[in-house]
Amino acid sequence: MPRTLIVIPAYNEEQSLPAVLKELAEQTPEYDVLVVSDGSADRTSELAREAGVHVAELPFNLGIGGALRTGFTFAVRGGYDQAVQFDADGQHDPLAVAKLLAPLADGADMVIGSRFAQGGAVTYEVSGIRRRAMKLLQRLVRRLVGQDFTDTSSGFRAFSRPMLDFFAVTYPVEYMDSVEALVLACNAGFHVTEVPVNMRGRTGGAPSNRRLRLVYYYVRLLVVLVVSTTSRREQARRHELRHTVDDTGGNE
Amino acid sequence: MSAAAHVLVIVLAAAVIAFIVVLVRSRRLRAKYSVLWFSIGLGLAVLAIFPDLLVWVSDRFGIDYPPATFMLLALSFLLVLVLHFSWELSRLEDRTRTLAEEYALLRLQLEERLPETSDGDAA
Repeated sequence: MPRTLIVIPAYNEEQSLPAVLKELAEQTPEYDVLVVSDGSADRTSELAREAGVHVAELPFNLGIGGALRTGFTFAVRGGYDQAVQFDADGQHDPLAVAKLLAPLADGADMVIGSRFAQGGAVTYEVSGIRRRAMKLLQRLVRRLVGQDFTDTSSGFRAFSRPMLDFFAVTYPVEYMDSVEALVLACNAGFHVTEVPVNMRGRTGGAPSNRRLRLVYYYVRLLVVLVVSTTSRREQARRHELRHTVDDTGGNE
Repeated sequence: MSAAAHVLVIVLAAAVIAFIVVLVRSRRLRAKYSVLWFSIGLGLAVLAIFPDLLVWVSDRFGIDYPPATFMLLALSFLLVLVLHFSWELSRLEDRTRTLAEEYALLRLQLEERLPETSDGDAA
């Protein structure tokens, strides 16, 4: 039985987090849980501690990428074999985690839970602008990596140990990290696949996107994707970085 | 250029250089920047003392209005400098981020090792 860590990045999620942790504890007690409080100003980390899970508390807000990277580093140092990225807002179903983990046993490095793959379902509204942006991203990703993903921005993902080793250092820290991470993993030669999952509406908190900001972030992401992921030197740098960290524990 | 203007430019250049020296001596400017700013101060001084240099350079490049040459150089320099600062800032952000991550993980480790002191007032 591989050791599995559920990583939950949480930024001011006191509304929904306790229910999520309770559900995880009841339905999937075999997994360890780490909540990364991303500079939360509310009782997020306090409630997580009360629930008895591991809690890493970032001193200020790093964005979801930084929170995830913290979680991946924890998983690597804690000797976990695999990890799952899980939302604090109640969108993800604990019972779907096993389904997400299954392809890892067959050699996948990263598994994406897709709302739009055959057999998946969305039980909440996706706004028009968002849908169009998602389509655009899907096409762009297909062009960049030559593989089709139906839900590039899904935050429900499973990672193998080699993937964790890689992402503990290289995980993108800009907003829209999930798409960039996907392209990064594919380009670095990791085996990425997707499985259909159901996602529910949020139980608390608001979607973090305002319309204009969303457009800005999409534009920024396009620039980052096209420039950085097609740069061989950048990839070489990341590899080098990875080895430096392996050798010296993070010193430059 | 009138004699008065000439003196004024020289005084200004000297003031800039003096200010740079003060900053470097009091260690408020890192060495790598002090070299940069000293070169700039030196350039200013040379131009202040020999303003005809600017005219000569402008002639060589076919620029009719010598102050435009100065503006071009100044703007290029500032552009490069701002770009450099952006780069430096990105690097600093990366390092701060890594520190924050390490801090969170170390604190987690510490709290789990000392459960009785971790709740509430440890923060």
